[in-house]
Amino acid sequence: MNGTVEQTLRPEEIAPACRQLAGEGARLQMAYAWFPKPGEPPEVLYLVDRKPHEPFPLLRCRLSNAEQQLVSLAPEFPLLGWYEREMMDLCGISFEGHPEPHRLVLHEGAHPSIPPLDPRYPTGQMISFTPEPWDLPAVAGSDVQVLPFGPVRGDVLESAQIVFYYIGEAILYCHPRLFFKHRGMEKRFEGISPLLGTLLAERVSGVDSVAHSLAFCQAVETACQCEIPERAKYLRVVLAELERLYNHLHYLGHLCHTTTLKVGEAEGKLLAERCKQLNAVFTGSRFLRGLIKPGGLRRDLDFEALPHRLRMLEPEITEYMQDLEKTNSHLDRLIATGYLPRDLAFDEGATGPIKRASGIDRDLRCDHPYASYERLGMKTPVRTEGDAHARAQIRMEEINNSISLILQALDNAPEGPVEAKLSAPARAEGLGWCEGTRGSIYYCVHFDDAGKFARVKVKSASFSNWRVFPFTVHDTNMMDYAINEASFGLTMAACDR
Amino acid sequence: MPIWTLFGVKHGVATSPWPGKEDTDLQTGVLGMPKFRPDQCQENCRACADSCLSGAIGVASGRDGERLTLDYGKCIGCQLCTEICPAGALEKSSDWAFGVRKRSDLVWAEALASQPAQELTTKIQRCFGRSLHIRHVDAGSCNGCESELQALNNPYYNLHRLGIFFTPSPRFADLLLVTGSVTYAMREALLETYNAMPEPRWVMAMGTCAVSGGAAGGGYTCAHGLEGILPVEIYVPGCPPNPAAMIHALLMLLNRAAQHVERGHYAK
Repeated sequence: MNGTVEQTLRPEEIAPACRQLAGEGARLQMAYAWFPKPGEPPEVLYLVDRKPHEPFPLLRCRLSNAEQQLVSLAPEFPLLGWYEREMMDLCGISFEGHPEPHRLVLHEGAHPSIPPLDPRYPTGQMISFTPEPWDLPAVAGSDVQVLPFGPVRGDVLESAQIVFYYIGEAILYCHPRLFFKHRGMEKRFEGISPLLGTLLAERVSGVDSVAHSLAFCQAVETACQCEIPERAKYLRVVLAELERLYNHLHYLGHLCHTTTLKVGEAEGKLLAERCKQLNAVFTGSRFLRGLIKPGGLRRDLDFEALPHRLRMLEPEITEYMQDLEKTNSHLDRLIATGYLPRDLAFDEGATGPIKRASGIDRDLRCDHPYASYERLGMKTPVRTEGDAHARAQIRMEEINNSISLILQALDNAPEGPVEAKLSAPARAEGLGWCEGTRGSIYYCVHFDDAGKFARVKVKSASFSNWRVFPFTVHDTNMMDYAINEASFGLTMAACDR
Repeated sequence: MPIWTLFGVKHGVATSPWPGKEDTDLQTGVLGMPKFRPDQCQENCRACADSCLSGAIGVASGRDGERLTLDYGKCIGCQLCTEICPAGALEKSSDWAFGVRKRSDLVWAEALASQPAQELTTKIQRCFGRSLHIRHVDAGSCNGCESELQALNNPYYNLHRLGIFFTPSPRFADLLLVTGSVTYAMREALLETYNAMPEPRWVMAMGTCAVSGGAAGGGYTCAHGLEGILPVEIYVPGCPPNPAAMIHALLMLLNRAAQHVERGHYAK
């Protein structure tokens, strides 16, 4: 696969290879499976991040037959747990010795005729579903109560169910049941062209439209060995940072909502609204959709007045963030809430601002720069406290970074075309990545013989962070739950896909 | 420590006067649904239909040859057709207030039939007066619609000023506002929410996914929105509809705003 250093291994060689890479300080990023030819057994791929500025190692393993079992790596590399369960549900692969061999992506009671990601799965066939009892962890003791909260929750929220085991105020154990919104987006990519695929990538997660379409387009460009024009690279940075800006401001406002700082909430959400309005004025879309395409941009964008507008907004944002940092009632609720230690963050796969708040200094924009990030100056904010306050502080610094990056990119963007011709060679493969608002996003694309997609794998940031989140909820209390969840800044759509 | 009350007072009123004053909706630049000019359309060209991800544009054969069909209820506003059309038959526009009472009003038709559909609205107004309580259910969206629905409560749109509120319990709700293409896993929860609402109750399909399935509809987990699942009072296509389009649709339900779209034709 273009963009990676490949090793083709036999099933029994995967575990030793992962161990060796982990010993060198590498971290597994994701695992997925696909069916290179209809009717033939699947291939499992493991993506690893070894070192900054080095290509990503990719371990490939072709199963000899569809019934072959793989040994689960989840006991050793817990972050793989969800990826393996996803492969069980969607590709029909079984893993021996998995610590949580339950349904994940498909709910209990969902019975597809054949694994949905098998290319032979009938187009448009809805999986049959009859509700069955859920696999819930057994928690016993006198006075322990179970509260299934959701999937329809209060306010305007995305659907998810959080099962609490609690005594009075104290949460003993928290078990999120997710994937109510599993839309089968990866399957939708099959058989369509790169241009239309971009529209789908934008709709994997609405508030991460740029990040997802950027990672997707970079994967396609890598597969097709297409070099995009310089101007497009700079403008892509502007779009990606505009997206981060409105997301982080909304995040701060929402965090104030949970700590009941009303005016703080109003101001954060108002600033986010102003940023969305800027998006609309300059690009035609409040979510910055319909701009990025494989090969560059769909049209050139006139950002001449943007620096002025941003400089008008900047003092207000700064004042707002400074005031938040001086508000005791707000800080009291954040400090020491939802503590995530560094080791746990590393092992369970935390990403983005969550891992940077727990002392892991990784950011794809710096470590594996794409677009024009390597020519722009940026300091990655890192905190070691690992609490809700640290997660908010990381985002505040990123807001400052984003404004600076936009201004730098606009200063340096050369004139010129914004689009390069691109054609997909048969059976080309490519990896693309992006540091979205919520963390690392990876796309792996596999083309078929006709230059259409045979398989597109989407690794979203929220998929990683939702796995980590419950560890910060066990043994805490109900009063802090909403604050903790807001401090993670998760989305369901990207996680469930 | 900052005094937030003072902060609020100092910053003054942020709320838009829209829809009280026209042309202050501040959706400047927002692109809406493409405008269709069939007289410009070239024969035997299917460029737009081939580039339409969600099947909003199709080709139908009739007595006098092939002609384009256009269903705004399926349009995700990607603007691709406006860029691909060689003849300018599909144009970018800022027509975004696409809330309609009848699904058929989203399908473009040659001749404009004059049949104002106002009969139900008087009934709604009699029930609710001018106020409305909404229960929102996300039945499998991309979070774009939720982001805009959340924006309705920001100081800029400040939905409360119009007497419209989101309520946590379906028991207090007059309107079920649905986003997303309705996944198998959300179907039951959606129906339970609807059944928990007291009558009279109404349903609004918010966003192209809820209207017709959108980009994800018809896959192995998704239905085609609310089609055949719940009776819908107002359809609001858009991917996502912007906050002003959402407010317009809510006011339309209360008979406080006029419908702009009839048989696919937009008139303001």
